[in-house]
Amino acid sequence: MKGLIGKKVGMTQLFDDSGKAIPVTVIKAGPCYVTQVRTVEKDGYSAVQLGFEETKTQRLTGGELGHLKKNDLPPLKYLKEFRTDEEVEEGQALTVEVFAEGERVDVVGKSKGRGFAGVVKRYGFSGGPKTHGQSDRHRAPGSIGAGSTPGRVFKGKRMPGRMGNDTVTAQNLEISRIDPENNIIAVRGSVPGPKNGLVVIKEARKQ
Amino acid sequence: MDDLIKALETPENPNIPEIHTGDTVTVFVRIKEGSNERIQQFKGVVIRIHGTGNSASFTVRRIASNGIGVERTFLTRSPIVEKVTVQSGGHTRRSRLYFLRQRSGKRAKLRQKFTS
Repeated sequence: MKGLIGKKVGMTQLFDDSGKAIPVTVIKAGPCYVTQVRTVEKDGYSAVQLGFEETKTQRLTGGELGHLKKNDLPPLKYLKEFRTDEEVEEGQALTVEVFAEGERVDVVGKSKGRGFAGVVKRYGFSGGPKTHGQSDRHRAPGSIGAGSTPGRVFKGKRMPGRMGNDTVTAQNLEISRIDPENNIIAVRGSVPGPKNGLVVIKEARKQ
Repeated sequence: MDDLIKALETPENPNIPEIHTGDTVTVFVRIKEGSNERIQQFKGVVIRIHGTGNSASFTVRRIASNGIGVERTFLTRSPIVEKVTVQSGGHTRRSRLYFLRQRSGKRAKLRQKFTS
């Protein structure tokens, strides 16, 4: 099964064979344990639940511990489900070696929260003129619609509001390096979220 | 967490000595022409040293035969840089020698630094 849970470490650049520098994001991924296998007969769909990052026993609830104890697994902080038909055994450990260098993956993360952001930052509006007698119009959104007709602001009009902290998927990233010794994957390009943010690595949907 | 990034980065090139801005250096650059590879030399004054780890780079400025200044920036850990030799040290009081761009001829020379 191709899927892992990991944490973003940071970005750097690596050199390929021709000496070109490639921007990569380093992710510490796995070892993940198969905590549960969901089947069509039992659950109505097939999926695999993975657990990541060992933690202290007292950090988990009794229910969570009992769920993990079924397969004699250590206390795990994060559990995530992956939709797949592939056969895996409960209790099995998955490491970065489920992926190979050169393969393409999707990386899901939670983008950095930017709070209540204006329209220039949030949607890339140009704002108003900086000079020619402007006051307080530098980052204003401009007109938000016509007058009496239609007499209302259309739904979905882009306005200021909460930005970031969304689940974002970076698609079709190439795996440029794998280090099984340190459980590290280096993926070409950037990945959503802050350093130490939780990311999910899956096989690319659009290869 | 930083150690994890370091584990992935290319080790330092043993053929590159410690260089400082103001040094006159020769950089031996690997150049691929079709199937064969040759080494080109680029000699000049180091005017900038930048960054750490795999992103570390340095810029060398030289005056080409037609009197035009040529600057090349090398990634220090890139496999393209075969080796670097230091010819002489220059006396400088700043870390970025951009002022050399405005100077020409004798004025663009740095006072030599002698090491005992």
